[in-house]
Amino acid sequence: MTDAPVPAPLADDASRRAQEERLLAVWSAGKGFRYWAAVNNTEIGLWYTATAFLFMLFGGVLALLIRAQLAVPENDLLSAGLYNQVFTLHGTVMMFLFAVPMFEAVAILLLPQMLGARDLPFPRLSAYGYWCFAIGGVFVCGSIFFGAAPDGGWFMYPPLSTDTEQAGIGADIWLLGLGFIEIAAIAAAVELIVGVLKCRPPGMRINLMPLYAWYVLIIGGMILFAFPPLIAGDILFELERMFDWPFFDPARGGDPILWQHLFWIFGHPEVYIIFLPSIALLAMIVPTFAQRPIVGYSWIVLAAVGTGFLSFGLWAHHMYTIGLPAISLGFFSAASEAVAIPTGVQIFVFIATMLAGRVIFSVPMLFATGALAIFVLGGLTGVMVALAPFDWQVHDSHFVVAHLHYTLIGGMFFPVLAGLYYYFPIAVGRQLSERLAKWAFWLMFTGFNVAFLPMHLTGMRGMPRRVFTYPAGIGWDWLNLISTIGAFVFAAGVLVVAWDVLRPRRAPSGRNPWNAGTLEWLGETPARSWGVRSIPHVSSRYPLWEQPLLVRQVEDGRWYLPDAPEGLRETLVTSPLDAKPEQCLRIPGDSFVPMLAAALTGGAFILSTFHLFVPAAVSAVAALLVILQWLWSVTRAPEVESKDVGAGLRLPLYASGPASVGWWAMFITLIADLSAFASLVFAYFFYWTIHPDFPPSPPAGPGQFWPLLAAGLALAAWVATLLARSRNGAGSTVGLRLWLAVATTLAVAATAALVWGPWTTGLDPTVHAYPATVWVLSGWAALHLLIGVVMQLYCIARSAAGALTARHDIDIRNTALYWHFAAITVAVTVAVVALFPLVA
Amino acid sequence: MTSQTTRARRPRPNGVVLRAAAIAGAGLLAGGCDGPQSMLNPAGTEAERVAELFKVMLVGAVLIWAAVIGLAVYAAVVRPGAHPERHASALIVCGGALVPTVILGALLTYGLQLMPSLRAESDGLRVTVTGEQFWWRVRYTTPDGAEVTAANELRLPAGARVELLLDSPEVIHSLWVPAIAGKMDMVPGRTTRLVLEPTRPGLYRGVCAEFCGPSHALMAFAVEVMEPARFDEWLRREAGPATADAPEAGRRLFLAHGCGACHTVRGTEANGVVGPDLTRIGSRHTIAAGILENTQENRERFIAEPDAVKPGVRMPGFAMLPAPDVAAIASWLGDLR
Repeated sequence: MTDAPVPAPLADDASRRAQEERLLAVWSAGKGFRYWAAVNNTEIGLWYTATAFLFMLFGGVLALLIRAQLAVPENDLLSAGLYNQVFTLHGTVMMFLFAVPMFEAVAILLLPQMLGARDLPFPRLSAYGYWCFAIGGVFVCGSIFFGAAPDGGWFMYPPLSTDTEQAGIGADIWLLGLGFIEIAAIAAAVELIVGVLKCRPPGMRINLMPLYAWYVLIIGGMILFAFPPLIAGDILFELERMFDWPFFDPARGGDPILWQHLFWIFGHPEVYIIFLPSIALLAMIVPTFAQRPIVGYSWIVLAAVGTGFLSFGLWAHHMYTIGLPAISLGFFSAASEAVAIPTGVQIFVFIATMLAGRVIFSVPMLFATGALAIFVLGGLTGVMVALAPFDWQVHDSHFVVAHLHYTLIGGMFFPVLAGLYYYFPIAVGRQLSERLAKWAFWLMFTGFNVAFLPMHLTGMRGMPRRVFTYPAGIGWDWLNLISTIGAFVFAAGVLVVAWDVLRPRRAPSGRNPWNAGTLEWLGETPARSWGVRSIPHVSSRYPLWEQPLLVRQVEDGRWYLPDAPEGLRETLVTSPLDAKPEQCLRIPGDSFVPMLAAALTGGAFILSTFHLFVPAAVSAVAALLVILQWLWSVTRAPEVESKDVGAGLRLPLYASGPASVGWWAMFITLIADLSAFASLVFAYFFYWTIHPDFPPSPPAGPGQFWPLLAAGLALAAWVATLLARSRNGAGSTVGLRLWLAVATTLAVAATAALVWGPWTTGLDPTVHAYPATVWVLSGWAALHLLIGVVMQLYCIARSAAGALTARHDIDIRNTALYWHFAAITVAVTVAVVALFPLVA
Repeated sequence: MTSQTTRARRPRPNGVVLRAAAIAGAGLLAGGCDGPQSMLNPAGTEAERVAELFKVMLVGAVLIWAAVIGLAVYAAVVRPGAHPERHASALIVCGGALVPTVILGALLTYGLQLMPSLRAESDGLRVTVTGEQFWWRVRYTTPDGAEVTAANELRLPAGARVELLLDSPEVIHSLWVPAIAGKMDMVPGRTTRLVLEPTRPGLYRGVCAEFCGPSHALMAFAVEVMEPARFDEWLRREAGPATADAPEAGRRLFLAHGCGACHTVRGTEANGVVGPDLTRIGSRHTIAAGILENTQENRERFIAEPDAVKPGVRMPGFAMLPAPDVAAIASWLGDLR
């Protein structure tokens, strides 16, 4: 930059104290009951982290039950039925309620601090995501106390799990409970991506971002493409279980392998969605203890991007034994080996950084080194199982159990503990005990290896996974006993950590106890609710090392937004690449609305589990109304157009279109939505590739007329919506409302035509996978049109209330953006269901 | 643990008694201390190749692990002086990218070139194995087209390539005989194939490797690899009708209680196809799909309380029959050789 911004002159003590009091009043969480209405990232992040840890402890108890049962052959501690629930729930809890949420939790807690932001752009969305996670998690975990937990393994293969006689309500609890949590995961991903792109401090160009932010961006992007296929799969799965639509039933044109594809297109990237956040923590920790900037910043960023991309190209290595053709086996073996290269680069970046610095070997480094020792071994066995011929042997054996625990414990659990020891001062203002930490480390490190190293051999001696018992005398007895002993030693170590976290402690850690260089260590510990005293201008990757005056200036309130004179929560919005200041964003304060919305959303899912469809629908509608009210109340036009944010900068208070965070959030959400839709289209073409009579010839429906009519009407509704936007831009309120009314009418007609096609041609979705697929695609598109209608009506209401004007037009611009995607969805749906059968 | 027999007699909550001692003993005789179900004690061409592959990978993995962790500990704990950043960057390029690329490329070439020959088609004996909950339906098709149905046991001629065709009517199973070859899933709606080429006569153990319901852990089978001449002789005998010299009582009771509705015993009116073919059950190493040793006591137990042995089994229990009747049926079945 040519003229670097300069901080404001130092204000006098009295006015600085007054500023601090105002900031504190605005940002503090409520007292007593009101505390639970908090939406600030410091509270939500803490709750999220604590809840994820609690679920981990629950999953750990389940793990101990598994190991106790397998300690000796022919054990009868657990029955077969209970054991199957225990191992299914163990995997499910650790994956969906600990590993992935822990990323979201830590990111929500720390990202704003790392970016010198006051909060993330949608604090209420964070709160909503948290409550969804907590409610859904308790529901799924609680099921085991009623003997109703899922029991089909955490990947729930049909036909075993679609069979309503063999798999009871547990399967529905898995599908709906987790479906609900997946929504929370996507909500968090949207929030975090927008946070990284739009809430950085001025001057922090994208190549100056802390590495953690890079990883959040990459992982968030991966979630957008990885979770939707699972959601699509869940929809098909639940439709089969509840309404007998035969997507996975080979007797009626379905195929159980379709689920395996959808599950693992999610499942393999998920492994990296779990692993990369931990690498991200190490990327913050290692430079601190090497006391130098990371070596190879570009290398590690490129490697992380490469890992993210490659992780979507190797899902079939979970399916080497289903009889894939040799060419597929070769391709997926090669892709699976290739992903080791960017992973290796990331590890070598850490080693290189340590070599180029002088390492202070404190507790977080102990855990980081232990993580490396475990993870590298998991990676090496990963290279082994990536080769199809070797995998034919060890697939579904205890070798794979050992391998996956090495990668997850080494690649996730130990780094998270390193992060816990490292970041504890920010959250709590105290340090954890070094002595207890060493005890915990050695107990866990030893226990883990005693438990899982012999398990490789157990697996190679032929012990399959997911067995509740095994015979004596075929070479597994001692190995299993050793594994069980190791597991309990490991658990003892976890208890030491838990005790250390919970015990009362005295000495405050003080500011920046590790002498780190990144922004999250700028403030006092524990972090104040306002996040950062004033938002600095950043011009380096390690501002605390490279901009020595910064801490003083920030704490003296000499940078941006040092005050909250209007009594509103505010943070800065900057441009995605260069972090040029764009807007002073007003963000909503504490509220019970997100909790209520989450409870009602949860009601819709949980009541469906019990086939209480009417109460579930009521709950869903109530959730929609609450969310609309929430939306209505938080998008207020500001009282003035712009304000002075300090340090000589004046910023607008309102933005719409690509300059606004709302537009980005909508865009990102729709990417996820489109990838769920793409997964449903994938299902259609998957059937086409494996069945010669799909689609049937002559096609059974839905014909061409009604779908094409629907497409025409939907495209007209889209055009009318765009016209409404442009009339509004020209200042015509009448034009806006008129065109919106036209668009609404057209959209409703399009919805009717879309559903009428398969209806009038008599497609019965329970007869065969073809009509079921046509119905699910048409239904998906129809639902999107109806959501579009709700948005159009919302815009009309906003216009009538005077909240939507030519200047304050975010509602109509986001609606128009939504309609681009809705139009694509309808057009593709019609092309597939109506036109493809003509050429197939 | 107490002795096998006392445990077996004690009534147990889940009622599972696992007796693989017979197979285990035979496995030990077959050589090696790894047990009858180990891929590290290979007795088949594919298992041998993969065991070699594993040894190569194991040596490589140990060396790489030691190098990487050694370097990390050197950098973190030994605390050498700061190395020049140029050297550190070079380390990222070499250690992180170049060396792994070379090693992985070589490994991939080695691993993938194994595949085509291991699973090439075979025109000899064909065996169709169907995965049921929780047992195995086995049909041998000789090169001249004759079909022989058996269950829960696989007999194979040593030195021959045998093509297995795998399917399943209900849920996914996976057939795995670690000592001979890798596994292959049995997927409803599809027929998958696997080639077994056993090299060494002996008794091995196979299992279901894909979780298939409550008794997934109790779905195993014995694999006997025989000298080719002995195998031919066995198959010829197996193709014939049941031969029991035992008293008629057992046969009469078996038929009178409707066992024939689900089970086939060739040479009698019993021709059910729901459950396993019992024509030569007396000659099998195990009953209940590799779970119980084939003894009179165990046969009685399974007839009376199949669900206690195998949770979720389809067969109804016959505990209401007088004990002598159960004993007579069990005894007659034991004589079907």
